Amino acid sequence: MPSGLEPLLLEYLPIILFLGIAIVLGGVLMVLPLILAPSNPDPEKLSAYECGFNAFEDARMKFDVRFYLVGILFIIFDLEVALLIPWAITLFPNGWFGFGSAMLFLGILTVGFIYEWKKGALEWE
Amino acid sequence: MLMALAFYLFAAVLTVAAVMVIAARNPVHSVLFLILAFFNAAGLFVLLGAEFLAMTLVIVYVGAVAVLFLFVVMMLDIDFTELREGFLNYAPIGGLIGGVLLIELVLFLGGMMVAPASSAPRASPVREGVSNTQALGEVIYTQYIFVFQAAGMILLIAMIGAIVLTLRERTGVRRQNVAAQVGRTRAQAVENVDIKPGAGI
Amino acid sequence: MTYQTLLGYLPAIMPELVLGGGIMLVLLYGVFRGERSLISTALLTLLVLCVAAYYVVLGASDARVLAFGGSVVIDPFASFLKLLILGASAVAMIMALEFLKHEKLNRFEYPVLIGLSALGMLIMVSANDLMVLYVGLEMQSLALYVLAAFSRDNTRSTEAGLKYFVLGALSSGMLLYGISLIYGMSGTLNFDVLKGVIETQGMSIGLVIGMVFLAAGLAFKISAAPFHMWTPDVYEGAPTPVTAFFAAAPKVAAMGLFLRVLFGPFEAAVAQWQQIIIVLSVASMTLGAFAAIGQSNIKRLMAYSSIGHVGFALLGFVAGGEAGVKGVLIYLAIYVAMTLGAFICILAMRREGRQVEEIADLSGLSTTQPGLALALLVLMFSMIGIPPFAGFWAKFYVFLPVVEQGLYWLAVVGFLASVVSAVYYLKILRVIYFDDPAPRFTEPSYPGNGVLLAMSVLFITFFIFWPAPLLNAAGVAASSLVK
Repeated sequence: MPSGLEPLLLEYLPIILFLGIAIVLGGVLMVLPLILAPSNPDPEKLSAYECGFNAFEDARMKFDVRFYLVGILFIIFDLEVALLIPWAITLFPNGWFGFGSAMLFLGILTVGFIYEWKKGALEWE
Repeated sequence: MLMALAFYLFAAVLTVAAVMVIAARNPVHSVLFLILAFFNAAGLFVLLGAEFLAMTLVIVYVGAVAVLFLFVVMMLDIDFTELREGFLNYAPIGGLIGGVLLIELVLFLGGMMVAPASSAPRASPVREGVSNTQALGEVIYTQYIFVFQAAGMILLIAMIGAIVLTLRERTGVRRQNVAAQVGRTRAQAVENVDIKPGAGI
Repeated sequence: MTYQTLLGYLPAIMPELVLGGGIMLVLLYGVFRGERSLISTALLTLLVLCVAAYYVVLGASDARVLAFGGSVVIDPFASFLKLLILGASAVAMIMALEFLKHEKLNRFEYPVLIGLSALGMLIMVSANDLMVLYVGLEMQSLALYVLAAFSRDNTRSTEAGLKYFVLGALSSGMLLYGISLIYGMSGTLNFDVLKGVIETQGMSIGLVIGMVFLAAGLAFKISAAPFHMWTPDVYEGAPTPVTAFFAAAPKVAAMGLFLRVLFGPFEAAVAQWQQIIIVLSVASMTLGAFAAIGQSNIKRLMAYSSIGHVGFALLGFVAGGEAGVKGVLIYLAIYVAMTLGAFICILAMRREGRQVEEIADLSGLSTTQPGLALALLVLMFSMIGIPPFAGFWAKFYVFLPVVEQGLYWLAVVGFLASVVSAVYYLKILRVIYFDDPAPRFTEPSYPGNGVLLAMSVLFITFFIFWPAPLLNAAGVAASSLVK
């Protein structure tokens, strides 16, 4: 492990504290009812109410595959944007070369975007 | 000390979560455990000083890929308990492969001890006072431009592939035509009809 | 890096640049033209492939040119394989047109995906860096997964796509694991530096394990036994022209990459990898020979046949040296010609408006369509390795260095595998020549595939009279890889 990382970890202290509080709070809220709340179930209490129905089928139902298409197209552009973050930071040190390089990359994806658009993959009737 | 503690915490939770991904009965729980595993992997990356990778892992994997997995789990509508029937039959062979990998890892670690000099050269060491993301940015767009553009082409193929395999032309549905809809003028849309009293339309 | 250095690199990567840019233009053309543009996009893609091939020839020299900080290499070896890949891709694309029209798959994405896959293959054979290797491999694989499932309303095609994807992802994982171990142990991704590290420090255990994983991942891509399990299912399920493409171009690219890795950075580790290759080679040859005997589906049979051919080509790896590499290259070129020819024949098997794939459907072809029967006769004889056809010379040039190295037992195994494989090739010929005639196949509506088939058959038949161009090119290519 490289040295000098302890200060780096200190930068993350707020996040770690936040995480800790979240975990403790979540745990407490889950455990307390188990201890405190009265719980004496019987079969009638747990069954559907008098005139209610038992479930006909699984609550999970088929999604249209179009949701998946939108999801995957989103991931592609998500990745693209993720690759632009280091670009934004190093825009000036890299100069015009880095700028052109990223523009070429964006150009390739723009070709894909035009293709998507013309194909109607982004349309929803 | 703190680092070691954090490392063991992340590594332990990561391993447990990874086991739970394949052991959980409910596939939705599997995906949630996967997300937990991604978070802990991100934590490990932070400990290594690879902050950009850690954040990318959270943004891309937790934010997008896990959601997509949920979609797929929802879309499949398969009885997963039935699918898992044969799971135990494969456990021995899976265990065997895992054992082989473990032995190889041990051998590998043994090899590390034998050749300590081999870890000396590094492709691009991070300079002092430069953040991880900046150090990456300084090489991705310049030194590794070829690989970077090739990665762009791979994303393009992914786009084409997703559309080729899933997009269907639906016939008999009304689509939006934004230009025509926006470009409609009052004259096209509204008609003034002069109706005589008592005559109806 | 500055503009000046980049401009200096451009001539070296001109084929990739032309192919990538051209395919994007074709994609835009296709999408603006609409769904009915398969023929014109295919012709445009053909043009792009030809221009790329022109630049490969233009950039070919005996020198070894490095670009992008040594991560891309252009040498005669790469140029030879690039021409082979571009040619195989072009033929596989053109021969598909009729099939796609009949099967209602006439979408312009087909040529585009072939072109993008070819781009990945060009990057693969030019790779001089583990990262470029992986990116190229992934580019070609991703396009191939989509192509396997291209007939998306056909259950078997989607199943083939899914199987190929899952197993391909597994093999990519193994490959990456190997790459990470190699990087961890040597501290470099570059092949030339890696070679120096291995020569000075020797192979540590970590490097050996990394190399084994890398080899396993690549063996998966060339479908060498015991990493072949996806091949029969994928070959059977994928649309026939896609199967033809799978059997030709990606094999060339992956074999080239395999050669480059083993004879480049891991040259000094020959003692370690030679055993692996011997196992792969013997397993592939015997499996290809025995498993194919019981098959009734001709595409499945071709899958096992291609596994067997990979085993024979791997013999050249074992022999090593310039002669061995030369043998592999000659084998690949002739194998591509034979396989594409055989698949054109399979594409011609069309009756009553649908494609038939059983060997029994060929019965009595010699009386109904003697031309096609004769073409199959030549192709099958060549695949067995009967002189004077090209297939014999392909085997000759890989067996010769093996014998010269004194590996007689390996040559004997290879010879026996050829003899066993003759059984199923001859079985096809028996059905064609001695069984009762079945109804004729539907005549194709345009002569393109006939011309391509004739070219393949003529090349195979008359290779013996005019072998010099291929032999010389392969020799120059091999000597640039093995110094």
